[in-house]
Amino acid sequence: MSLDEFFVTGDPLILASQIAIGLTMIGLIALVTYLKRWKWLWSEWFTTVDHKKIGIMYILAGVLMFFRGGVDGLMMKAQTSRPNLEFLDAQHYDEIFTTHGVIMILFMAMPMLIGIMNVVIPLQIGARDVAFPKLNALSFWLFFVAAMLFNVSFVIGGSPDAGWTSYFPLAGKEFTPGVGNNYYAIALQIAGIGTLATGINFIVTIVKMRAPGMTWMKMPMFTWTSLVTSIIIVAAFPIFTVALAYMTLDRLFGTHFFTVAAGGDPMLWLNLFWLWGHPEVYIVVLPAFGMFSEVIATFARKNLYGYKSMVFSVVGIAFLSMLVWVHHFYTMGNSASVNTVFSLTTMMIAIPTGVKIFNWLFTLRKGRIEFSNAMLWSLAFIPCFTIGGVTGVMLAMAAADYQYHNTMFLVAHFHYVLIPGVVFAVFAGLYYWWPKMFGFKLSEKIGKWHFWLFVIGFNLTFMPMFFVGLDGMSRRMYTYSEGLGWEGWLGFSAVGSIVMAAGFAALCYNIYWSFRYAPRDIGNDPWNARTLEWATATPAPHYNFAKIPEVTRLDPYWDMKKKGETGLKKSDLKPVHMPSNSWTPIFLGVAFGVVGFFLVFEWFTLAIISSIGIIIGLVANSFDYDEGYHIPVEELEEEERAWRGDLK
Amino acid sequence: MTAHTSANVPLEYQTNQNQMNILGFWIFLGAEIVLFSTLFASYFVLEHNTAGGPVGHEIFILKDVLIETFLLLTSSFTCGLAIHAMRNNSKNGLMFWTIITLLFGLGFLYMEINEFIHYIHEGATIQTSGFTAAFFTLLGTHGAHVSFGIVWIALLLIQLAKRGITQVTARKFFIASLYWHFLDVVWIFIFTFVYLKGMVM
Ligand code: HEM
Ligand SMILES: [Cu+2]
Repeated sequence: MSLDEFFVTGDPLILASQIAIGLTMIGLIALVTYLKRWKWLWSEWFTTVDHKKIGIMYILAGVLMFFRGGVDGLMMKAQTSRPNLEFLDAQHYDEIFTTHGVIMILFMAMPMLIGIMNVVIPLQIGARDVAFPKLNALSFWLFFVAAMLFNVSFVIGGSPDAGWTSYFPLAGKEFTPGVGNNYYAIALQIAGIGTLATGINFIVTIVKMRAPGMTWMKMPMFTWTSLVTSIIIVAAFPIFTVALAYMTLDRLFGTHFFTVAAGGDPMLWLNLFWLWGHPEVYIVVLPAFGMFSEVIATFARKNLYGYKSMVFSVVGIAFLSMLVWVHHFYTMGNSASVNTVFSLTTMMIAIPTGVKIFNWLFTLRKGRIEFSNAMLWSLAFIPCFTIGGVTGVMLAMAAADYQYHNTMFLVAHFHYVLIPGVVFAVFAGLYYWWPKMFGFKLSEKIGKWHFWLFVIGFNLTFMPMFFVGLDGMSRRMYTYSEGLGWEGWLGFSAVGSIVMAAGFAALCYNIYWSFRYAPRDIGNDPWNARTLEWATATPAPHYNFAKIPEVTRLDPYWDMKKKGETGLKKSDLKPVHMPSNSWTPIFLGVAFGVVGFFLVFEWFTLAIISSIGIIIGLVANSFDYDEGYHIPVEELEEEERAWRGDLK
Repeated sequence: MTAHTSANVPLEYQTNQNQMNILGFWIFLGAEIVLFSTLFASYFVLEHNTAGGPVGHEIFILKDVLIETFLLLTSSFTCGLAIHAMRNNSKNGLMFWTIITLLFGLGFLYMEINEFIHYIHEGATIQTSGFTAAFFTLLGTHGAHVSFGIVWIALLLIQLAKRGITQVTARKFFIASLYWHFLDVVWIFIFTFVYLKGMVM
């Protein structure tokens, strides 16, 4: 392969990005070297096994990916803002909606949520870390390396262009010969391994490491939804692993899983993809539900209404989520009875979801509501998400779906579910738990700008898509002719996306401003909160709790505050055991990335040689008998005095 | 993270961390069940799509498959003996039965590789049809698991030689034994639903 095939050439937009990426890399390396921060980066971040730091790295990566995916979205909106525009050509538009979809779901929503889970869950259950801290770091590095691998595709080798669903036969070698779709198959495989490990890690953490007294029905709602999400991850991701392996074999080794002529079956891909893909949307939305529940209970100053029904509906949603996948291809030749069954299961999901909506509303009822930013996002979520849900029930009707299938109506629907359900939740979670990570609040004032711009922009962008969809505009159309009656709506929608982008810019400015100017003396419990993560210092010390708290009821910290039992006795302090940092996770992550890169380009000799790196990492890991270290009582005492004043 | 111990449970369960590792591994096996179920389901979908290539019963050699089954099932038994020796705190017994287990595993792999070579000579490669793709991938995934297990357990043997039976090595051997038995169970399904069914239908 010659160099000009290796790098994507000939498009000024891409050339500009290549230069920008190159300059940014050089700039970053120069900056770190200038500040002499390499050692610090390595020992404080790259080799860390601390769940809070890993969470912060996830969130940072998620914000970057949101930026990338958002730019893709804006470019699509620009291209369709007027009829017959030639800003993007058909090929480029295909690539952009593909990378947008994949990045938003797998490299933005997932890391944001897993990041917040990482920061919060151990604290919320009164634990000192996750069950397997080193594995947790490995999950992060696999995700991160996979995200980077996927992202370089547009400058090196070419982007995937068969949609985030990558249906066969289109995604096969015959119709998509370049390396683009290899990136899809291999980067997602690497990320998937990391996600599976996260799922296992959080199940064990939540099952085994809860503070004494925290029985199942005293677990905070976010912990519950994270547990259920982790279970869905374990149940669904292996399906995707297999599907991607088939795709890789078909594309790289000439097998015929999905080619009809040689006895393959493209519908096999569709079924496997959605057997994973539908549960995946619940994987991202359930933790979000949990975060809203925490935020709403805190700022309504009430305990969550209908806690038990909330738990049962989360479990019910998880169960049903496995039984609906066919609703993504009603129109692809199923019998009427199959469609009917899946129509019913799909509509049934609306029931537990509706239960949750009413629980939130009843929690608000007669509450002393405080309109903090986290709360605003939660309040905006309820109506916006309901629009997504109601249009979802419309799509669930198989007969009607022949009309809606693959139109902009569908695109509007899933953005109304994913943006309120995931993005609003992430914003709510960030405003709420920001102090826990960094020790100061994000500015509430700039936050209002962020909120109003984003929510208004979101509705302006996606509401019109419902109407053009009903008017017959199909999805993934890169342009259209005049006189179809769409240009008004789409122009509107393009303006909306700029407003939304301004909202995102306000968030970035808020982060910058708050880092510099926000007050630092906010105490350990800035929101007057209810759950255990606030029972320790803010930001949380690296050992989380000097003494593991004991739980007697739901909302334990609220209870402790009422009874005045938040203090700490000196005699309760014992040395705390902590895991040591480790180089193997980042090493393994990079090794997987290198092998993955060679596989993408089908350079098999290099791939085999470089897989020695993976073997070295695994062997080193197996021979690692490091048992961690202990924090002495004196150090604990000193750190606790720093924020508590005196110990009892 | 606490090193809390209780003496009246087997060594590998004695610390909280060990209990969590074992639970985590069980959950991982749950994920493996999903993985193999998917491979089986795809195999059932593509089983009859031979696209003019060979059909299962034309190429399967039942005798060799029976030998493979015998080798793997016996290795599961010796693996059980190894854990039994470990519970009796016999380092040499654990060593011995583990090595026997690995030898059976290697025998199985040898037979399986020969089997694959035979199929390729018969004109059934992984690229021949939907059927062969699903067949080789299912078998290959199982075989790759066995190979991985052999290397992994060999590494554990080195650790055992160096450190003896401790809480940590006992846990590692116990987890490896779960893995090994699991592969045996998967093989029983392969034997039944791929080979026997293929011969009969
Ligand atoms: C930031 C604001 C966003 C904008 C402006 C935007 C815009 C768009 C547009 C214009 C399309 C393609 C429509 C078409 O031609 O078919 C699209 C597709 C898609 N979007 Fe977004 N989107 C945004 C955020 C998100 C988020 C947050 C998610 C997920 C969490 C998401 C997930 C998807 C997916 C999965 C697709 C389908 C891709 C495909 O067809 O393969 N988007 N989006
Ligand atoms: Cu679905």
